[in-house]
Amino acid sequence: MSRRRPTEGGPALSRRALLTGTAGALGGAVLAGLPGVLDGQEAAPARPIVPEDATKLQGAATSPLGERSPFVTASRAPYGETVGSSLTPLQDLTGVVTPSDLHFERHHAGIPALDPERHTLTIHGLVERPLTFSVDDLKRFPQTVRTYFIECSGNGRAAYREPKPEMTAQKVSGMLSTSEWTGVPLATLFREVGAKPEAKWFLAEGGDACLMTRSVPMAKAWDDAMVVWAQNGEPLRPAQGYPIRLLLPGWEGNINVKWLRRLELGAAPWMTRWETAKYTDPRPDHTADMFTFAQQAKSIITSPSHPGRIASPGWHAVHGLAWTGRGRITKVEVSVDGGGRWHEAELLGEVRPKAPVRFQHMWEWRGDAATLLSRATDETGEVQPTRTALIATRGIGTDYHFNQIVGWQVARDGAVTFHGET
Amino acid sequence: MRRLFPLTLLAALVACRGGDGPSGSDTADAGTRYGLGRPADAQFVARLDTDIDPSGAALPAGRGTAAEGAVLYAAQCAMCHGAEGLGMPPAFPRLLGRDPKAEDFTFASDHKLPKTIGNYWPYATTLFDYIRRAMPLTAPGSLTDDQVYALTAYLLAADGVIPKETTLDAAALAAVKMPYTDRFIWSAEAGSQDRD
Repeated sequence: MSRRRPTEGGPALSRRALLTGTAGALGGAVLAGLPGVLDGQEAAPARPIVPEDATKLQGAATSPLGERSPFVTASRAPYGETVGSSLTPLQDLTGVVTPSDLHFERHHAGIPALDPERHTLTIHGLVERPLTFSVDDLKRFPQTVRTYFIECSGNGRAAYREPKPEMTAQKVSGMLSTSEWTGVPLATLFREVGAKPEAKWFLAEGGDACLMTRSVPMAKAWDDAMVVWAQNGEPLRPAQGYPIRLLLPGWEGNINVKWLRRLELGAAPWMTRWETAKYTDPRPDHTADMFTFAQQAKSIITSPSHPGRIASPGWHAVHGLAWTGRGRITKVEVSVDGGGRWHEAELLGEVRPKAPVRFQHMWEWRGDAATLLSRATDETGEVQPTRTALIATRGIGTDYHFNQIVGWQVARDGAVTFHGET
Repeated sequence: MRRLFPLTLLAALVACRGGDGPSGSDTADAGTRYGLGRPADAQFVARLDTDIDPSGAALPAGRGTAAEGAVLYAAQCAMCHGAEGLGMPPAFPRLLGRDPKAEDFTFASDHKLPKTIGNYWPYATTLFDYIRRAMPLTAPGSLTDDQVYALTAYLLAADGVIPKETTLDAAALAAVKMPYTDRFIWSAEAGSQDRD
């Protein structure tokens, strides 16, 4: 998983000039955009060059858009996929909310370029009044602001099928991201068009090149579904559905249709490609479950994690994320001995429904080999199963909704590698 | 005083509710219709509304044969999905081929068993719907309805679902029975509706 240095190719400035302070007249603006490496070599990541003493010259000026410190290298990976995905670097993040530019991407026909003044949402079918809304129309309805995760239901597949020591938290669980979303409750829109009682399902259609379609039970609309236009205080990013997307809290990512352009109310599901050929779950009894919407109780330790290393013995905060699409997380346990003993972890901050919570367990590492695991329980009583248990009930060939316990091996030298065979 | 406050508030709310005048209503509740949006244009809706459900009721006029579909497939589909429909997963999915080991729907025991139209897809209408809305990748939505019928016929025939000489039209496609439809079970989350 190579990382691109965001500042590579920037303006050259001699190290000597910087260290002697003769670049001071240029101001800090140049320093802020300074290349991390000047020789273009991919080998050892070079340290960004900064003054010996930042108190002895003026810092950078204001700018229209903020940038990360050159010391921060968090990035999605892989990238460059038209039909594919990029994953959130969970190991580089703290708290609960995912920075919008690090939200995972998953799309099936690229990211469409949409003009918000031309884009509309049409609601028709089993309704009293078929209506077309502009994006501005939608913003005039009463708004709701909520924090929810979106997780691809294929998240964790690679670690389930074939766990490998070199897997990172990003590789294992990086198709999970969390945002504060602003939008209008779908129930408000369905009242506005006059949904008929015989409507039991609705079809959501996106405006991308595959015209993504999914069938959704009406009950979700009356519960907590939203049509959202903002993410973390600003308009949606294009990869998250700009200008509007459907948000079905706690449900598998694919059904949260991005670039939403049409909702059709009907009596039965449409059986689109994405709810038949895909996003169905083969079972060991030679059947497949369909319409498995909710994401299940799940957790991952993000620190320590591969490729990190525990530098020295002593106290360490073991922390990570726990989430469930079926309400609230009620408990997270951490084991440092591969599941022999479990310790209830502290849950940091408010535990919200269908939003991750960060958990923490203080651990004194004495330099011995250790296996760190986390195990989440949600308000339905579901406890994360081991991989062995999940394979027994679902089969190694199941395709979606992987919530097996995962963790990390810590070697005596502090090296941390993925532990997926639980 | 503390007891009086809610009554005062209620009175104020009632006053607002009754305050509809030239400047409009001051408050809204869950039953309010906001009058936003515009009536959906019927022609606009008809242009967008191309979805086909398993009843096939919305299938368009037109027809096509597997032989016609084979020519179209070679010209427009094979560059991604391969001449034999084996695909280049994951970006370009495999379409065809029925591994004998998968013929009893044994996918849970072996993730390497390829799921194809013939051994997995529960509804033939889905194939028509998806080809028409999303294919080919380089020019989505460019196929005529006759071409979509022909490609659907070719793919179904190639995977042994329909005889190779079948001509597909709306009625014939709606009548196609896929081999494994009855293996798909609705989850509890889908509600208690009867399966169609």
